Amino acid sequence: MGTGNRRNRSETNKGIELRQPMLAAFLGWLLPGAGHLYQGRYGKGVLFMVCILTTYFFGLAMGGGHVVYASWKPNDKRWQYFCQLGVGLPALPAIAQARRADAGRPLLMGGIMAPPNRRPTDGNPDELAKWHRDYNSLFDLGTVYTMIAGLLNVLAIYDAMSGPALPEHDSDEKKHPPDSKESVS
Amino acid sequence: MHFPTLLAAGLHNQLWYSVPLIVSISLVYSATRHEQMNHILRHAWHTGVWIVGFMAIIMAILCVVSWAL
Repeated sequence: MGTGNRRNRSETNKGIELRQPMLAAFLGWLLPGAGHLYQGRYGKGVLFMVCILTTYFFGLAMGGGHVVYASWKPNDKRWQYFCQLGVGLPALPAIAQARRADAGRPLLMGGIMAPPNRRPTDGNPDELAKWHRDYNSLFDLGTVYTMIAGLLNVLAIYDAMSGPALPEHDSDEKKHPPDSKESVS
Repeated sequence: MHFPTLLAAGLHNQLWYSVPLIVSISLVYSATRHEQMNHILRHAWHTGVWIVGFMAIIMAILCVVSWAL
């Protein structure tokens, strides 16, 4: 069974032009769906782009633009960003914002994707606690949305690089069953 | 409970936030399994139904487990 599946999958993939898989994978990471568009697989490219970017920006908006930020400080290890980074370019401003915040320079875009100020002073509370209080469960929901968008793009990148993992009913098995004369020869 | 109250509670239920996620996950997952759009959409429908069914079963189990609490 395994040998038959492998054979059919490779035969089917021969029919799909996977132009420059590594470049397509990089483009797919940079902008979800771009790798497929580059390969001329327009339908899937648009589908990936719409689904993943809608999920990402919907999540980002739910948390007021604060759910995506890069921080690896002892009191705030934002591991979720590694998943969010899967969407590529739309998540990269968080790195620029983190660098600007560390250097003490003014933040861009009104502080969207900037890491929170975790040192409360008299006038300023812990910013992360403030975001949680202001956005309540939407902050966590937005985090989940943006993380899932990044992880979904990992699937899309793999598809751009290796083609679809076709199940049996999509393969040529129906047309050419393994026990038929054509298949044997 | 009155119907408008139930309707309002249903409309403000946070479970609604799962709908866009289920749609998105189903479509993207199915698109990584097929190349043709009609196959993608058919697989996405089945995946979506499977996810909702799985969530319903887990919810039922949690309801039963927490019944005595």
